[in-house]
Amino acid sequence: MPAAVGERYLIESPEPLVGALLLAGYRVIGPQAGDGAIVYDEIEAAGALPRGLTDEQSGGHYRLKDGDPDRWFDYVVGPQSIKKYLFPAHQKLWSATRTPDGFDISPAGDDYPKTAFFGMRACEIAAMEIQDKVFDNGQFADSGYGRRRANSLIVAVQCARSAETCFCASMNTGPRAQSGFDIALTELDEGGFLVECGSEAGASILGGLDLAGALDGDWEAALDVTRNAAAMQTRRMVGNVAEVLREHLDHPRWDEVADRCLSCANCTLACPTCFCSDVEDVTDLSGDHAERWRTWDSCFSLDFSYIHGGAVRPSTKSRYRQWMTHKLSSWHDQFGSSGCVGCGRCIAWCPVGIDITEEAAAIAAPLDVTGE
Amino acid sequence: MAKPKLAVWKFASCDGCQLTLLDCEDELLDIAGAIDIAHFLEATSKIEGGPYDVSLVEGSVTTAHDAERIKAIRANSKVLITIGACATAGGIQSLRNFADVTAFTSQVYAHPEYISTLRTSAPISEHVKVDFELRGCPVSKHQLIELIAATLAGRKPHVPRVSQCVECKLSGTVCVMVSKGEPCLGPVTQAGCGNLCPSHGRGCYGCFGPKENPNPAALSMKLKEHGMIGRQVRDFYRSFNAGAPDFAEESSSHE
Repeated sequence: MPAAVGERYLIESPEPLVGALLLAGYRVIGPQAGDGAIVYDEIEAAGALPRGLTDEQSGGHYRLKDGDPDRWFDYVVGPQSIKKYLFPAHQKLWSATRTPDGFDISPAGDDYPKTAFFGMRACEIAAMEIQDKVFDNGQFADSGYGRRRANSLIVAVQCARSAETCFCASMNTGPRAQSGFDIALTELDEGGFLVECGSEAGASILGGLDLAGALDGDWEAALDVTRNAAAMQTRRMVGNVAEVLREHLDHPRWDEVADRCLSCANCTLACPTCFCSDVEDVTDLSGDHAERWRTWDSCFSLDFSYIHGGAVRPSTKSRYRQWMTHKLSSWHDQFGSSGCVGCGRCIAWCPVGIDITEEAAAIAAPLDVTGE
Repeated sequence: MAKPKLAVWKFASCDGCQLTLLDCEDELLDIAGAIDIAHFLEATSKIEGGPYDVSLVEGSVTTAHDAERIKAIRANSKVLITIGACATAGGIQSLRNFADVTAFTSQVYAHPEYISTLRTSAPISEHVKVDFELRGCPVSKHQLIELIAATLAGRKPHVPRVSQCVECKLSGTVCVMVSKGEPCLGPVTQAGCGNLCPSHGRGCYGCFGPKENPNPAALSMKLKEHGMIGRQVRDFYRSFNAGAPDFAEESSSHE
């Protein structure tokens, strides 16, 4: 049956949908099991999806486990995000060759085929929408990011469970994605999937499938799935965190967290919204060729804050405070929203398990006392 | 313009870092084209006298004779760059710094009276001024070529002092400590190896020495949570960069 934007349908399995995307010429990027975690990679059939697996996550801890073999999407987000495709970790910007009277510059190619991101969770989509604002704020636009983004289709999966590290409900970014997808799937408890069609591009893919119309009861069942996932969440971000952090730049907790923090940068590199990069020029041995590269950087590295005369943030305390206050507080001033989507990656992938929600709560605690 | 004169020197070491230079197969001709290799015994018996524009120094100082030799090399070199964990931190042989070297020699040698050695294995920078230290056991070929190219171009080499974790995350390697509970020195170790061990499911051994501003005390607490006992934690820091001050101090706190 033809599909329409805003309509809901039922399908038995994600397999035909993956097939339809491939048939339509999309490179399909989706979750897969790799090196003991859910990672993103290209998939050539739904069989590559990590069906039957689930995850166990807590501070500094992640284990992939066997779950219900019939369930397709009982894991949540892993260490990677689709940032690695839309904002690559290493990117050549241009190269130059010496000529007798100067040098010639060649722009670097941007090889990004039409891509469908399959199995994107609400927090992943929220993070992508935050990066959309970072890379095009109306005044400055990263044309490469814009091209890649315009050439991408989003197939969401609404979460049926939360990990111990998830706190999207308190960030209002999930577990149900309300928008930002072309197609969204909810894996129903009784089996089968409710399909939401979010765009014309999604409709044209769905139109080729054998769809059944969803009834009100099916939609209620789908809403129950994400309500249950939200109810599972044990962590939450304190409500007034932007203001709390702004007013507590000298809180003793910053010294205390600096004793535990490794300044290793894992939190920032696992974060799906962190966007900082370094630009380096390299030359070859002959000195006749030069290249300019953009590479992910982190506010946890010393050289990140290096300016004439030295680094502005030599201490771990100043680096952690910079990261957390930017993410949760000054991001609002800069981009009009929080920089945190509550995905919990910074908690799980911190080698020593520092928990941003716990740090925020500790800094907020004195305010609660005075507010009584 | 005359090509810059390069000398390569060996102190107490295994020659692996010099071999890394010879291992630059594709780039070796370019290197030989750009510089005049004036002294490099690992490669050629042809020796030219100094002064040298650039000296690469491998190995640590472990004898009184070498302590004098490095001063002469320094005096004869415009730029002196140390390469590898021995030259930058004292190497694996700096394990002697935590023990009594005369006890070792009396156990190992039939005639210990013939052994003339210093009590410690010291990095080159403890004896003379060093212009740049390239880390690693052995050094990375990629960083070595970048160092030579930058030195020839008169620019600062791009050798980040960030943690090994950065290299793992940039290449998409899943953290072995978080996902498998593997003990790993990556969070306190400088990147540069090309992500060798974690990409094969192993924890980092710290071959590139401490990152800037490391926090090994916090890492050690986590290593113990992962099941290491004090002696294992001590020994974990005591390998190729045992003598690096940040690692030496941490290992000694787990005696």
